[in-house]
Amino acid sequence: MTRSAFRLTLMSLAVMSASITAANAQGVLNLYNWGNYTPPELLEKFTAETGIRVTLTDFDSNETALTRVRQGGHGFDIVVPSNNVIPVWIEEGLIQPLDLSVVTNFDNIAPQWVDVPFDPGREYTVPWAWGTTGVIVNTSLYDGDINTSDIFLNPPPALQGRVNVIPEMSDIITMAIYAAGGESCTTDRDVLRTVRDTLVSAKQHWIAMDYGTVDAYAAGDIGAGVYWNGASMRARLQNSDLAYGYPQEGFPVWMDNAAVLTDAPNPEAAMKFINFILEPEHAAMISNYARYSNGILGSEAYLDPEMKGAPEIDVPDALVGAGRFSESCSAEATNIYTQIWTELLQ
Amino acid sequence: MDDMAGNKTEQATEIKETPKRHLWNWILCAPALTVLVFAASGPLLIVLVYSFLAPGSFGGITWSFSLEGWFRVFFSRDIFDPEIVSLNTAHLTIFWRSISLSLQTTIICAILGFPTAWFIATRPQHTRNIWLFLITIPFWTNLLIRTFAIQEVIRNQGLINTTLIRFGFIDTPIQMMYTDFAIFLGMAYVFLPLMVLPLYAAMDKLDIRYLEAGYDLYASRWQVLRHIILPLVKPGFIAGSILVFIPSIGAYVTPRLLGGGRSMMLGNLIELQFGQGRNWPLGSALALTMLVLVVGALVLYIRTVNREEEPRHG
Repeated sequence: MTRSAFRLTLMSLAVMSASITAANAQGVLNLYNWGNYTPPELLEKFTAETGIRVTLTDFDSNETALTRVRQGGHGFDIVVPSNNVIPVWIEEGLIQPLDLSVVTNFDNIAPQWVDVPFDPGREYTVPWAWGTTGVIVNTSLYDGDINTSDIFLNPPPALQGRVNVIPEMSDIITMAIYAAGGESCTTDRDVLRTVRDTLVSAKQHWIAMDYGTVDAYAAGDIGAGVYWNGASMRARLQNSDLAYGYPQEGFPVWMDNAAVLTDAPNPEAAMKFINFILEPEHAAMISNYARYSNGILGSEAYLDPEMKGAPEIDVPDALVGAGRFSESCSAEATNIYTQIWTELLQ
Repeated sequence: MDDMAGNKTEQATEIKETPKRHLWNWILCAPALTVLVFAASGPLLIVLVYSFLAPGSFGGITWSFSLEGWFRVFFSRDIFDPEIVSLNTAHLTIFWRSISLSLQTTIICAILGFPTAWFIATRPQHTRNIWLFLITIPFWTNLLIRTFAIQEVIRNQGLINTTLIRFGFIDTPIQMMYTDFAIFLGMAYVFLPLMVLPLYAAMDKLDIRYLEAGYDLYASRWQVLRHIILPLVKPGFIAGSILVFIPSIGAYVTPRLLGGGRSMMLGNLIELQFGQGRNWPLGSALALTMLVLVVGALVLYIRTVNREEEPRHG
């Protein structure tokens, strides 16, 4: 799917660049982003304001995006990787520093999102959207405390056999490590033994390990599960019985960030786009579309009414401390996690 | 004189033409050969080379020789005590799951496909094409979309459950999604046409007079089926089994979406190594192991089937 989309993009690019060279000196901007993440009206507005046309290509995982860009010849200008892989993109020289003479809206980035560990001082990247990985529960089945990872690691009887767990190795292992009292990316054997045992014994209560569609939660096919906050909110808007919980034992916080590729064919247009999404109004468009926060000051004024004060968006004060930035783990840790994961899913 | 001259020229042209024709053969084959060499063997060779290298720190490979990938296909070091090396039972379990799923899918398709193909083959000539056409309709739609369509039918709030509840047959929905039943339903639905078409092709050629002869000799219906029809449509079964078995061993979209993905298939295991697991050499070695398994199973299958056939000819 992604590959054919890629080919299609290349083809449309070839056709466009032929027609554009004569008509439009501004050129084309090629955006490489997660699927179902880019509001079409955002791109339309950018084209209307700058005359730069935008093509959009989807990727489905950080690994896919990294592999494709590493190979070169991709023709993309902007990529939107997650925080945990940003250091790899920077170290390998795949993305270029921001041109602050163009990115004049830089100061719109909320202070707590400027000096981030994965890109100190934001030399390379700007926020696209951020969110949390927590649990979603159908409260018509279970009305107890949902701010705990027990929802999927030790489900209450009412939820047993109805839990869905997303097949994201790093998220699930990390949440199980937090529940066992460890730090993310740990290689501590005692913690990992607990992690393995907890996961293996919890699995009997899971009905599926699927990405779980918003519809499946809304329709009641799945009673509870590990899910992302934005997707949970989309599900709740369809079925008000659904609630989103922040595990007090610890939950991953992630942020996807836009950056300009080093070998971008059109870096000027790319920097303009980076500046464009830092406008509060445009950042709000991104949030309203995917239901995630954006980290841009002043964007609240443009948010849809249902986004304001939504329990999936505003982390309760008591639980803010439990949220921890996800990291990219060492090869050694990943190796062990893959073994545990394979054992779990065998 | 004339004859002799004629022979001479004939000989001469033959000698002249052979190398030319030879060259032309090669030129005409060139496009196909290029495709075969670069598009089929090329990537395979890369996979082979990668399987003997060390993994890169974030995906990819580093150019140093290592047998670790192959070692880990079959053996595992204990996570908690690297000294303990044992057979990699997790991998073996996953291998076996994929193989047995494919075998069962092949058998289900054969059982469902035989009467279907027979039905089509015994229709009047002008309506057969319509039936064949109906069989191929699912191929028009993307596999993923067909799988989602099945989900809509069998989910708890889906077509079957809501209908049964509305007519009062059941009170609570029957759990069909995320079960083995769902996997087999999906696999059989997806792969059935690949069994029906070769079976139909074999039955189409079947001379109905053989059956009449059998009945004339007081054979029962079962004897006619067992001793006349089945042997004659055997090539169809073989072709159909191969067409179903090979793609189903690599299938992972259907088991994941309908079965819920709680248990890995070989395809998921390989995908894991190239994605989140960041171990390309292990992924390459697993992919090659799967290739060897499939080719081995096929060779074995065809040999056994042919051996069975021999006494009958002799």
